[in-house]
Amino acid sequence: MNKASLLSAFMILLRRDLTLAFRRRAEVINPLLFFVLVTALFPLGIGADPNQLRAIGPGIIWVAALLAALLSLETIFRSDFEDGSLEQIMLSPHPLSVLTLAKVCAHWLVTGLPLLITAPLLGLLLDLSGDAIITLMKTLALGTPALSTIGAIGVALTVGMRRGGMILSLLVLPLYVPILMFGAGAVSAAAAGLPIHAHLSLLAALLVLSISLAPAATAASLRISLS
Amino acid sequence: MTDSRPGAVLEAHDLSCIRDDRTLFAGLCFGLGASQVLLIEGRNGSGKTSLLRILCGIRLPDGGKVTWSGEDIFKMGSGYHAYTAYIGHKDGVKLDLTVLENLTFAKNLGSPADIDLEQALDEMNLADFLDVPAYNLSAGQKRRLALARLLVTQSQLWILDEPFTSLDRHGIAVVEGLVLKHLERGGMLAVTSHHQVQLPDADILPINLSQ
Repeated sequence: MNKASLLSAFMILLRRDLTLAFRRRAEVINPLLFFVLVTALFPLGIGADPNQLRAIGPGIIWVAALLAALLSLETIFRSDFEDGSLEQIMLSPHPLSVLTLAKVCAHWLVTGLPLLITAPLLGLLLDLSGDAIITLMKTLALGTPALSTIGAIGVALTVGMRRGGMILSLLVLPLYVPILMFGAGAVSAAAAGLPIHAHLSLLAALLVLSISLAPAATAASLRISLS
Repeated sequence: MTDSRPGAVLEAHDLSCIRDDRTLFAGLCFGLGASQVLLIEGRNGSGKTSLLRILCGIRLPDGGKVTWSGEDIFKMGSGYHAYTAYIGHKDGVKLDLTVLENLTFAKNLGSPADIDLEQALDEMNLADFLDVPAYNLSAGQKRRLALARLLVTQSQLWILDEPFTSLDRHGIAVVEGLVLKHLERGGMLAVTSHHQVQLPDADILPINLSQ
């Protein structure tokens, strides 16, 4: 298989997944709704003191984004596994790791990108400063793709199980912790007027690492799950 | 066939399969050449599907190996899949996509054959359903759509698991016609079926896993 056909296979799978997501809008909106609702409920629950909200805002938004990503992970492979499409994708002459990367890209575009777009509004809701909101966008832009790529490994491992949801969370959450710490840490630092380069560099490193290594691990996990 | 290896042969060497501590089969050896049919028979649960999944490269055998032109299929990886097409129990049809979208995707993901999608759907009697979402199809029509994949991709080895499930008499005849044409072109077939397969003059190699 040459490079051109590999790229076209990547684009075809990406377009198929986006079409499918578009036809199941209600399901796709679920994680976004969760993200917005959880964040919006915090001021109601702990009181509307701006100083307090400003202090815990970055953490709230990041935790909500992480849980929303976790909530949507299963959709990467679940329906394809159930109707047999996953077998067909696996039996395609193209490398499975590239095809899983296409599915992860589609998943991020459908679930990660909307979080990124709504985050500034939620930042305003929690009275974050302009600097903090810009940093929040940067960290989410670096962090959410990493959440999707790493999460895909866990989904690939658990997709063959009847009730894999619990195990999925336990598998994936420890790997999410560094992203959460650097992400929320950067926003807090920006809010306090401190430098954020170290946080952003580490997040970027995590993203590069996960994009380069996770697809191979995901492909191997899928082979185990389907055999 | 446009394949560059005319003498390609699928061989099983001493295959065994164990499931839940039960040995389904062991010491299985066979070779399949051009225009031959491997007909796998056996009771329910005798390992027919497992054998087909091993031949596809989805499942690892618990012993022995499968070779394609002398090369271990697990070392060939996705290169092997350019030669095979598999239709399993599950149709692999996306219910939210239309018939045409499903087939376009299948064609482009595999090694595309030189055939119009409309023409392929016409052969499977689905020409009137091009823009119908697959969830509106009957079980037999979904099966036809799955089998249409065989037409739009070029593969030397067809691996079919109960291809006649939910097909009507006409559908069965159509599929048998496709298989005969495939064999004429030098293709190979590995199949399990509870239905009596009508393939006159075909070189059939039967394997019974219950014995």
